[in-house]
Amino acid sequence: MPIIVVEVMPKAEILDPQGKAVAGALTRLGYTQFSGVRMGKRFELTVDGPITPEILDAVKTIADEILSNAVIEDVVSITELGA
Amino acid sequence: MRIGVITFPGSLDERDAQRAVRLAGATPVALWHGDHDLQKVDAIVLPGGFSYGDYLRAGSIASHAPIMAEVIDAANKGVPVLGICNGFQMLAEARLVPGAHTRNAHQHFIRRDQHLRVENNTTAWTSNFEQGQEIIIPLKNADGRYVADAETIKRIEGNGQVTFRYAELNPNGSMNDIAGVSNERGNVVGLMPHPEHATEPGFGPNTAVAMRSGLDGLKFFTSVIQSTLLANA
Repeated sequence: MPIIVVEVMPKAEILDPQGKAVAGALTRLGYTQFSGVRMGKRFELTVDGPITPEILDAVKTIADEILSNAVIEDVVSITELGA
Repeated sequence: MRIGVITFPGSLDERDAQRAVRLAGATPVALWHGDHDLQKVDAIVLPGGFSYGDYLRAGSIASHAPIMAEVIDAANKGVPVLGICNGFQMLAEARLVPGAHTRNAHQHFIRRDQHLRVENNTTAWTSNFEQGQEIIIPLKNADGRYVADAETIKRIEGNGQVTFRYAELNPNGSMNDIAGVSNERGNVVGLMPHPEHATEPGFGPNTAVAMRSGLDGLKFFTSVIQSTLLANA
């Protein structure tokens, strides 16, 4: 069955404490090549049947209104897995 | 005077909130997230906890719970609504108050007796406080950092919608030290600290007078009782 992937990231201007903590751990482990880490979310929505324009519209609405909060996050991509 | 307290899956402090309502002199009414019935209550409390495990974002799934349709409708009609901690996060996710919450700036879960300054004593839930009064209310959360875009911050500061500010220190990196905000009308108030935990001698926050003696939380509930009586007079 087809899968639609939605990726959400904290807005660039919003402090991302989780990413910052991961970046700190990497530095402690000796991986000093990285100046920063930002941590986001990936959602995989399994579709029962073929992906139609209506389904893509619904995913866009869900991504904007439920999967992300526009105050603190951006939807960075909506793609079909393997497409 | 009947004040409803809604229980969501993962709510933790609804019984404390019900007890606080009783101690303040009103009748608590237990409401259920899955119902579409506010049982004609005069005011509503969204309690603290970790509704739906705080999955997705703190308060976000609860903000879409069945009863929230009625809560949003009631809030828009002027019914007083108080969101405490997870309840504040729900109010923000439901867009009943501006802004959003992220993880505390230093990642830690924080539990402390927090000093707050009352920045607006004209809301339904703060009328019994003095303007600028400092109070002590227990704080306990992981996702308490209040954020909004610069334009929103400017607007709510100008409108007097910043209801409480952290005093002494900012525990979580909240913008402008904001601890609580209201909607424009002032009937909906959300804050991260827990007033229901500062309502009974021996069980409240530590104060300069004695350990566990803090009762500042009672005034949230006496305020809404008084403002409701005045509105219905």
